[in-house]
Amino acid sequence: MYQVGIDIGSSAAKVAVMENGEVMKTLLLNTGFSSKKTAEDIYEILEKDGINKENAKYVATGYGRISVPYADDVVTEITCHGKGAYYLFHEDGTVIDIGGQDTKGILLKKGRVMKFLMNDKCSAGTGKFIEVMTNRLGLTQNELSELAKKGSPITISSMCTVFAESEVISLIGKGTPREDIAYGVIESVVMKVVQLIAQVPSDKYFLTGGLCEDPYVISRLEKALKAPVASVPLARYAGAIGAALMAE
Amino acid sequence: MENVTLPKTFDEFVDARKAGFLKAKEFKENGGKIAGTLCSYTPSELLDAAGIASVGLCGMSNEVVPDAEKVLPKNLCPLIKSTYGFAMTEKCPYTYFADIIIGETTCDGKKKMYELLNEIKETHILHLPQGQDHPYAKGMWLSELEFLKKKLEEKFGVEITDEKLRQAAHNRNRLRKATLDMFELQMTCPPAMKGTELMHVRQMGTFTFDLEEQIRNLEAKVAQAKAAYEAGECPVPKTAKRILLTGCPSAGVIQKVGGAIEENGGVIVCFDDCGGERTCRLTIDENADNILEAIADRYLAINCSVMTPNTERLENTKKMIEKYKVDGVVEVVLQACHTFNVEAELMKRAVEEEVGIPYMKLETDYSTTDSGQIETRIAAFIEML
Repeated sequence: MYQVGIDIGSSAAKVAVMENGEVMKTLLLNTGFSSKKTAEDIYEILEKDGINKENAKYVATGYGRISVPYADDVVTEITCHGKGAYYLFHEDGTVIDIGGQDTKGILLKKGRVMKFLMNDKCSAGTGKFIEVMTNRLGLTQNELSELAKKGSPITISSMCTVFAESEVISLIGKGTPREDIAYGVIESVVMKVVQLIAQVPSDKYFLTGGLCEDPYVISRLEKALKAPVASVPLARYAGAIGAALMAE
Repeated sequence: MENVTLPKTFDEFVDARKAGFLKAKEFKENGGKIAGTLCSYTPSELLDAAGIASVGLCGMSNEVVPDAEKVLPKNLCPLIKSTYGFAMTEKCPYTYFADIIIGETTCDGKKKMYELLNEIKETHILHLPQGQDHPYAKGMWLSELEFLKKKLEEKFGVEITDEKLRQAAHNRNRLRKATLDMFELQMTCPPAMKGTELMHVRQMGTFTFDLEEQIRNLEAKVAQAKAAYEAGECPVPKTAKRILLTGCPSAGVIQKVGGAIEENGGVIVCFDDCGGERTCRLTIDENADNILEAIADRYLAINCSVMTPNTERLENTKKMIEKYKVDGVVEVVLQACHTFNVEAELMKRAVEEEVGIPYMKLETDYSTTDSGQIETRIAAFIEML
């Protein structure tokens, strides 16, 4: 029996297929306009590999969780990220998930969600902030981090994505080097994340979500949190893995 | 007969709203007087004794907030904006037909909004003490009630006698008892009603001119729900997680927050806001020597975050958690409500550290902007319980 976890986020859809407790396959797709269409595409792709309703259970999570008509169950991404992170890191701590429109801090005790926090409707400190700024600076996310390493400290004082974009435009207008702006952008996200996480403190942190493969972001988070921040290549799929674990 | 006219935009209203306006118009044409009220600190007994119907004003919908924001700042409590918006757009029959509005200084935003509201409709503002335990508090609040009494007597040409006040206190105590009986329907496992339904019944009651009718309706509803429950009807699954809702008045977000709780495996078993059990349980000593003083004492005992300190609110919540076998506490803070927002830290400690059950705070308004995030947070909270 296969266990399929489908995490349809605001910008990316992640899929994890598990068998006998091991992750045997992952998929990463753009969510696009229709999460329903994305869900259908996922089913077709998996079906070509012989995974279908006959031999698999499906659990959906993320913003598009209700758009997966073939799902056997629906669970929130907070519970899923908690379970997925415990599977990946094998220990308790606080999970930091920087998603496309939400950032979450999830405190784990004995592998269970004890407490969590999530930003409200404001997109400060989320992937959206990075996305808007990289577009404005004409950079990819990797390029942003590469440049930020070389930048000198400047502060982008507004945490709000819209106001911060205006601030960045002023900085560009003043001829501030792109490296410095890149530095400021990442610091802004780090500061906001740290502020949120302060309510679910721990002595170790696990980073999941879209920024988990960015060593620069991880190092800045470690510095600000004064604690180790771990990540693994599969951490992007933590939500999907958590969902798959619940597909029994 | 008084000349009573409808708002200019009456024809554009939906049927339910039209009906509300026509009912209020008829009441006025038959000589009825209406006082618009907004807060549990309003001493209804004084209005009852003056023969004035007290009706809760509309202020729970986002519909008129964009209009209100033409005058009021955006970064203000939605309840304040909505109340003012209903007044300026003439969309609430009770505000529109009110002879007087009774406001109170429960927060700075409201206090200053009343000055603007007063331009539309005469608004009398009750000044509250800042706390219950200072020596001046009791006397000051009693004098506020005396001031209101005089105001009503002069404006409406009536006499508010002690006898009438006693009768009013007796009737209001009956209403409190009936409401409390309804709240206590939620003590069983599973509870007898969905919390959203209970809130609906509670809301309907405030939009009426007849206190006796309100009491009768409530008693009938309680009897009906009890009978249905005893006959084995179960509107709530046994597995539903039992939620206590605390914080700001929650009627305006009951669909967004309450609906999300009850559609994701939870049920509201206790409303711990200012219209809930903790206020309802406070009754008036009908046989007190000084009836006005007894009324004043009862209202001053209400626990609102405007008071400092407000420890009794926390003590009460802890009792409610036990009484209603609560699994988790959700605190609703309306945007820009500083007093409840700051006090939330004390509530969180009381719930998490002293009682040891999970607590979550949601800061929101009447709009649907954050519905998705609110639903995710609530669903995850219930999954965690």
